[in-house]
Amino acid sequence: MAQWVQACSVDDIEEEDLIRFDHGGRVFAIYKSPEGEFYATNGICTHEHAFLSDGLVMGEIIECPKHNGRFNYKTGAAKGAPVCINLATFSVKVEGDAVFVDVALP
Amino acid sequence: MNGGMVILGAGECGTRAALALREMGYQGTIDLIGDERYLPYERPPLSKSVFGANDAGAKFITSVEQLTETRIRHRSGIIARSIDRQQKSVQLSDGSSLHYDKLLLATGARPRKLAQDGIELAGLYYLRNMDDCVALREQTGPGTRLLVLGAGFLGLEIAATARARGASVTVVEAQPRILMRGVPEPIASVIAERHRVEGVDIQCGSKVSRIETGRGGAEIALEDGRILAGDLLVASVGAIPNCELAVAARLAVNNGILVDAHLTTSDRDIFAAGDCCAFPLASQDGRIVRLEAWRNAADQSAVAAANMLGESRVYGAVPWFWSDQYDLTLQVAGLADPDLSMVRRDIGDSAFLLFHLDTSGRLIAASGIGIGGAVARDIRLAQMLIARGAHPDPDELARPEARLKAMLGR
Repeated sequence: MAQWVQACSVDDIEEEDLIRFDHGGRVFAIYKSPEGEFYATNGICTHEHAFLSDGLVMGEIIECPKHNGRFNYKTGAAKGAPVCINLATFSVKVEGDAVFVDVALP
Repeated sequence: MNGGMVILGAGECGTRAALALREMGYQGTIDLIGDERYLPYERPPLSKSVFGANDAGAKFITSVEQLTETRIRHRSGIIARSIDRQQKSVQLSDGSSLHYDKLLLATGARPRKLAQDGIELAGLYYLRNMDDCVALREQTGPGTRLLVLGAGFLGLEIAATARARGASVTVVEAQPRILMRGVPEPIASVIAERHRVEGVDIQCGSKVSRIETGRGGAEIALEDGRILAGDLLVASVGAIPNCELAVAARLAVNNGILVDAHLTTSDRDIFAAGDCCAFPLASQDGRIVRLEAWRNAADQSAVAAANMLGESRVYGAVPWFWSDQYDLTLQVAGLADPDLSMVRRDIGDSAFLLFHLDTSGRLIAASGIGIGGAVARDIRLAQMLIARGAHPDPDELARPEARLKAMLGR
């Protein structure tokens, strides 16, 4: 069952950027695409412990700050060495100015 | 007899090249030859997490399943004895030989060993591979007096991790400060201060006159007469590229196996990549450099693999290094030569960046230090600016509010 939590407001993230969102002992990453759409993934790289919120968003790619591993943040897909495990993704919805993430475990 | 792809060296570079060949659709045989008896693993953690925890195993780059699935023949625990360029074959230490269509030398580098009176010193520790790490780890615990010779990235990472293991640590460096090579003074001084706070004794400008090792431990006598005593001594005084096979095969070698921008050696069927090769650095007008860096090894593996398959890709990546010590992370993009002018940008109270510009105002390098990933994004953007040959406004670089990403867009 969905478990919607308010993560931030729409203006908290610049376009083509992301922020870190902590909830219930878990770290998420919330993205705003260059087109202004919102996405969410697990906030920690699948290769080595690093917060993706310190990384760089380019188009639909998030690049890990530690070793430049790349993921498509819309799908979670790992995009080549050194990362080979996909990122978990989470549903996002916008109501008014608020951005909500469904933090329910799959 | 037709040969396939043969890769000498099963470290980061060789292993990633083997995987890349398959990803690029190559159907023939791939032989990956490595002298270690383990599956290919990542070296950077050996001075950090793997040294830090007694039960930590190697961080593997691949798995038996993946090697089987991709039909890569990983032959561990053997080395190549010689290359026959006429026959296009490699003779291995188990007596067998392999024919190659294309050969990749990814032989890496080895620690520079200390000698005294013309003889290599026994009883010292080095850190390059998993066995070295386990040996050092077993001897380094609470109260161990560890002497570290050399205050480069490796020596300082060993010092930081040894402190976390409860050892008392003295670092001896002949240069007037730590990290003389490639790290600007303001950043080196942040790191030196942090080591001091953590209780590491760093002795810079200390020239060694004599080293004694024995059952009782290790002793360093300095030229100024002081004697430093410890239980063990780990030497981290640089690395030597593994070029012997290339030299014996009469390939061009000069502090590394010489390659062109396509990573081709002086034999067009033989490529070299990673720590063992000396290559033209695109972002600095093609000057020849040799890098000992994880990222360089990984990036070059992909270019070498493509070119082994007949492409003509140019290696154009801007160098990128990092070091983790305590909770500090240092990152450098480009090669920060000391004669470049420097612009500083502060990020909050505990992190800053230094941009290094040449006399024309072109951005050549950027370095930064902070807690965790504080500088990572800006260093990555700087790396992209360097790759484009950008001439950013120094006043803008100094202003924390001015976005580097915006400079990239111009």
